[in-house]
Amino acid sequence: MRHGVMIFSVIISYWRNITLPWICGILLASVLLAMPGKVMAGAAEDPGVVDAVDYGAYLARVGNCMGCHTTKGGQPFAGGRRLSTSFGVFITPNITPDKETGIGLWNQQDFWQALHQGKSRDGRLLYPAFPYTEYTKVTRQDADAIFAYLQSLPPVSQANPAHDIFFPYNSRALLAVWRTLYFKEGVYEPDQSKSTAWNRGAYLVQGLGHCNACHTTRNMLGASQDNALAGGQIMGMNWYAPSLSSHLEAGSGDWEIEEIAALLTTGITERAVASGPMATVVRQSLQYLSQEDVLAMSTYLKSLTENDTGNAPGVHFSVISGSLRRHLELGGKIYREYCQECHGADGKGAPGIYPALAGNRGVVMDSPLNVIRSVLNGGYPATTAGNPRPYGMPPFQQILRNEEVALVVSYIRNAWGNRASLVRALDVDQGKGGDD
Amino acid sequence: MIRFIILMLFCITNVANANGNAVPDTMAERVKACTICHNAEGKAGRDAYYPRIAGKPQGYIFNQLRNFRDGRRYYHAMAILLENMSDEYLREMAQYFSSLQLPYPHPEQIQMLPEEIELARHLVYSGYPERNIPACSACHGDILMGVEPAIPGLVGLSRAYITAQLGGWRNGGIMRIQTSDCMSEIANQLTENEVNAVAKWLANQSVSGKPGSFNELSPELVDRCSQTILEHGGAE
Repeated sequence: MRHGVMIFSVIISYWRNITLPWICGILLASVLLAMPGKVMAGAAEDPGVVDAVDYGAYLARVGNCMGCHTTKGGQPFAGGRRLSTSFGVFITPNITPDKETGIGLWNQQDFWQALHQGKSRDGRLLYPAFPYTEYTKVTRQDADAIFAYLQSLPPVSQANPAHDIFFPYNSRALLAVWRTLYFKEGVYEPDQSKSTAWNRGAYLVQGLGHCNACHTTRNMLGASQDNALAGGQIMGMNWYAPSLSSHLEAGSGDWEIEEIAALLTTGITERAVASGPMATVVRQSLQYLSQEDVLAMSTYLKSLTENDTGNAPGVHFSVISGSLRRHLELGGKIYREYCQECHGADGKGAPGIYPALAGNRGVVMDSPLNVIRSVLNGGYPATTAGNPRPYGMPPFQQILRNEEVALVVSYIRNAWGNRASLVRALDVDQGKGGDD
Repeated sequence: MIRFIILMLFCITNVANANGNAVPDTMAERVKACTICHNAEGKAGRDAYYPRIAGKPQGYIFNQLRNFRDGRRYYHAMAILLENMSDEYLREMAQYFSSLQLPYPHPEQIQMLPEEIELARHLVYSGYPERNIPACSACHGDILMGVEPAIPGLVGLSRAYITAQLGGWRNGGIMRIQTSDCMSEIANQLTENEVNAVAKWLANQSVSGKPGSFNELSPELVDRCSQTILEHGGAE
């Protein structure tokens, strides 16, 4: 995981011809609604009652502080993780309470200043690789709780190297200009016309969850233009974070709230699986969300597609010519040899185990990057309480050449009624690398 | 409410039926992502460095899975594959592969000069205590099938794999963080000739028997390799 963390690189599929799961989903929802006690059982308790440290620990999970502030195999929260961006390499700092190398000398006000204003203890401006552009929305009460938790951790003495930022971005004066242009300080303000759940969800998604750190297109200066979660290439990672506000990508307007919640907390549902960096977010953060918070988040995410006037997938199907068909058939041959056993001759996969490729928005998105990477690297969905023993996909770059990957990806993007652009060997090559 | 539950059950049954591609609820199915390279028989691909993992000590496999996941042992494909896996699940996979009883491939038939054979046998069974190189068999067992719970066997592997692993140990490419690891100390003492000889000789051996027991190890080697044997979940 680099840079921001909340990413929805979700592979999604539709089974329009299977209606029973839907009916069941609705029935299940009704059952849950009929048993409010169950729904609320895991909800976060009143922070005023619970020990601030425990509540802070929970919030640190929601914000996934540990995800960035821990290097692979390293001490939790001791930093040292390298975030490679087009502006240089950022090294995440040690946020354990070690007095020399961590934030042991900080007080509540210092921490608030960092989170809310993007300023370090000594007043230095922080680079927005630390997503204070989102964290500024966090309330003072929550910030204090997170600080109390961080201060309760065992101090780890670990001095991390300095950032290595390219000219001219290494000028902190330039950072001041950047902030004037792109940073708006301010705690989240509830929209009185919306429900409590919607506002809680918006607070979590826009603030602590910092979903916008990945699910956005950044301009040349690395700034996200708005809070629309409209998707984009993840900075410093070779993954595309799909739009959460478009029906064509990972928008969830036509999902049940419970199904969105299930995807966020278990990493897999009957018709979608969180893969790549999103699987990491599920494992490190989202699976620990209280039922109340994850339903709130889902309520907000579902509402994001309200203004989407884009066409539903499957509308613009052009006719496939004979020569194109022959080209695709080359990929079809590879599909039958390597993919069909799990994903099926009909591309419908096995719901909740092997994702369907037919009608899968992750497969037919404009950007073929994620599907290319899934074929190259394979992977297992995150192990979560709801999916402790997932089934996996092999890393086919061990077996297939770039040309073959291009053929099979082109095939699955155009089989079973799917229609999307063809993929070249060069695209496959560009889908390699970009990992730690 | 009861009607509701019955209706739910009915639906769940139907969902299961609607799933046209029945997926076996087995470990064999769950590790298909592994066995495409470490193929179903657990044999090494002769053209690549995919070692057999069937029948290796469970603790050894579990340690390697965690090392790959946590970046202590580096191989890109394994790192990505295991990125979001829990210890519990990795332990279950290790147990599965460890329990597989599958026939071993025929040994390779690599031509060796008599002095090469002698050199290899000396390293394997006697070592060079004056250079701080213990005999391979002192840790990996008399029959070189490894020692439970965490020391791997050395036979049934290809020459290419053994050479690459010893090379990796020597240049720090295998265990990036554990620089003080016992095996990297030993590999660093070996000359190129010794590496080649021992890799050829091991690949030529036929395989029989099972991993030895932990009690066979001498206390001083347990001490020297404690990081590998104990800290990373070997003996529990």
